[in-house]
Amino acid sequence: MKQIAANPVYKFLLFPVGQIILFALGASVILSLVTVLLAYLFKSNFIDFDLVERIMLILPQVIINGLTIGFVYSTIALGYTMVYGVLEFINFSHSEIFMVGGIVGIQLMAYFEHTGALATMNEYLVIALAIVLALIVSGSLAVIVERTAYKPLRGAPKLVPLISAIGMSFFLQDLVRLILSLTTGEFNVILPKFGTYDEFWKLAVPGMEDPLRIQIKSALIVGIAILMLVILNFLVNGTKVGKAIRAVAQDRPSASLMGINVNQIISITFLIGGALGGAAGVLFALKATKLDPFSGFFPGLKAFTSAVLGGIGNLTGALLGGLVLGLLESFAASYLGIFTNGAFGAEYKDIFAFAILIVVLIFRPSGLLGQTVGQKA
Amino acid sequence: MGTLLELTNVHSYYGHIHALKGVSLHVNEGEIVTLIGSNGAGKSTTLRTISGMIHPKEGKVELAGENISNLDAHRIVTKGVGHVPEGRGIFPKLTVQENLDMGAYTVNDQKTIKDRMELVYQTFPRLKERVAQYGGTLSGGEQQMLAIGRGLMLNPRILMLDEPSMGLAPVLVDLIFDTIKKLNEQGTTILLVEQNALMALSIANRGYVLQTGSIVLTDDAAKLKKNEMVQKTYLGIE
Ligand SMILES: Nc1ncnc2c1ncn2[C@@H]1O[C@H](COP(=O)(O)OP(=O)(O)OP(=O)(O)O)[C@@H](O)[C@H]1O
Ligand SMILES: [Mg+2]
Repeated sequence: MKQIAANPVYKFLLFPVGQIILFALGASVILSLVTVLLAYLFKSNFIDFDLVERIMLILPQVIINGLTIGFVYSTIALGYTMVYGVLEFINFSHSEIFMVGGIVGIQLMAYFEHTGALATMNEYLVIALAIVLALIVSGSLAVIVERTAYKPLRGAPKLVPLISAIGMSFFLQDLVRLILSLTTGEFNVILPKFGTYDEFWKLAVPGMEDPLRIQIKSALIVGIAILMLVILNFLVNGTKVGKAIRAVAQDRPSASLMGINVNQIISITFLIGGALGGAAGVLFALKATKLDPFSGFFPGLKAFTSAVLGGIGNLTGALLGGLVLGLLESFAASYLGIFTNGAFGAEYKDIFAFAILIVVLIFRPSGLLGQTVGQKA
Repeated sequence: MGTLLELTNVHSYYGHIHALKGVSLHVNEGEIVTLIGSNGAGKSTTLRTISGMIHPKEGKVELAGENISNLDAHRIVTKGVGHVPEGRGIFPKLTVQENLDMGAYTVNDQKTIKDRMELVYQTFPRLKERVAQYGGTLSGGEQQMLAIGRGLMLNPRILMLDEPSMGLAPVLVDLIFDTIKKLNEQGTTILLVEQNALMALSIANRGYVLQTGSIVLTDDAAKLKKNEMVQKTYLGIE
C-alpha cells in the first residue's frame, strides 16, 4: 500500500484524477437522488404530467451544465484558497484577475479573426493559445497587484489589505474599461465564432430513448480544468516550491529560517492562483461568449463562495466546493420552475445556492472539508 | 582560529521595547560558546538578531568579516548560519521527512541531502520510525529532535540552538548534548542558549552572561562555572 502511494504516477495522476471524478460523480449522484426523491414525494400534486419523468428527461443535461460551470468555479476558487492559505487574506481582486484573463483570451481570438487567420487555424490551437496568453497575463497581473497593493500592507491590521483588495478590484474594472474604450471604443468584448466546438456529441446510452447530447465545449472546459487541477496538484505536492508554499502557509518565521524567501513564495502563490484564474476566464468566456469589465464580479463571488463552502484554505475543498455550487445552481435553475409550477423560475437559482451555503456553514462553519493549504491536497 | 561571528554594540527593539542594549560578543571558528541569563534577559533576541529575524537599530553583526546586520533571514541562512529557534518551529502539517527536506532547502545536491538525512536518522532513530508522521503530531521531545535534526540538514558553519534541552527527559538531554559535542568536533561552530547553565558550561569553551539586554560577564566556561555570581544566580548553588 505504501509503495503504491509513493508511486509518482499514482500520486500525481491517478489519485488526483480519481479524486476529481469521485467528487464530480458523488455530488451529481447525491443531488440527483435528492431531486428524484423529492419528485416522487410531490408527484401526486402534479396531475397534468408525470413529474418524475419530466425531471429524468433533462437530468443528464442538468448534470453536464452543472459540472461545466462547477469546474470553472473550482478553478477560480483555487486562487482564493491558495492566497488565503498562505496569507489568511481574501484577495477580492481575484475576480478581476479572472475577468482580465477572459478578456485577453477573447481579444487574442478577435485579433486572429481580424488578420483572417482564425478561419484557417486549428480551433483547439486557438483556444490553447488564448489560455496560454491568459495564464501569462493574469499570473503577472496578480503578482503586480500583490507587490503594489498588498505587500506594503503586510503586518498591518487584517482589515487594511482587505480594503486595499476591494479598491484594487474597482481599480482594475475601470482600468480595463478605460483601455477597452480607448482601443476599441466599446467595452463589451464578444467571442468570435469559429470552429465546431459549439456542436454536440451524441452518445447512445443503452436504456435511454434519446442519445445523450454532450456539447464539445462542455467537455473541453471540463477537460482543460481537470488538466490544470492535476498540474496544480503536482506543483503543490510534488515540487520543492510547492513544499515551500506549504511551509510558508504553516509558519512564516520558521520558513525564513530554512532559507526560504518568503516574499518570493508569496509572489509565486499569487502567480499560480492568478494564472489559474486567467485560464478559468477563457473557459468562462467560451461558455458566456461575451464579457465586459464587470463580468468578473458574479463568477468571482460564486467561486469565493465555493472556496468557503469547501473550507477556505483547503485546495481539495475548493475543488469540491466549486463542483457542488455549480451543480446546485444548475439543478435550481432547471428544476425550481418545475417543482414550484412556475412560481419560482431559474432567476432564483442564486438565492437557492446561497441558502444552501448558509445552511452548510451553520452546521459546518469550517466548510465541507475544513483544514488549510498547509495540508497536503 | 579566526572570528566567525561578531556582534558589536548591538541594539534591538520590539516596537518600543529596548530588548538588546549594546550587546558585543564574538564566536571563534570551531568554538562552543554559550549564552546564559534569566528569563527575558534577551538571549533569544540575540539569536534572532543574528539570524535576521529582527534587524538591529544600532551596531552591527558580522559573519567572517561581512556585515550581515541588514540581510533578510533567508539570505543569512545561505551564508551558513543555522538557527534552531525556541519553541522549535516545526511545520505541523509537513511530515517528518518533509520537515527535514525543508531544513536542506538551500542545499541543491541530492546526495548531500541523503547523506545528512541518514546522519539525522542515525542520531535520532526515533525520527526514522516516524518519517511519514506529521510534525504536529510528534511528542514534545520528538519535535525537539526534529528541530535539531532539521538544523543539521543545513550543515551550517555556525549552528545556534535556543534551549535545545527544554522539556526533554534526562536521557535525551544527554543525547542532545552529546550530539552537539560531536557536531562541534566535526567542525561546526556552536552558539548555545540554555536554561541548563551547568550542562551548557560543561561543554562550552566560553560563555557570556546576559542581564536585561546587556552582557555583564564573559569568561572561559570553566571559570564561569566557579564564579560566585554565576553559581548563585544561574547554577542554584548557594
Ligand atoms: N515578539 C516580542 N514582542 C515584544 N517584546 C518581546 C518579543 N519577544 C521578546 N520580547 C521581550 O524582549 C525581552 C527579551 O526577550 P527574549 O525572548 O530575548 O528573552 P530570553 O532571554 O530568551 O528569555 P527566556 O529564557 O524566557 O527565553 C523580554 O523582555 C521580552 O518580553
Ligand atoms: Mg528565550
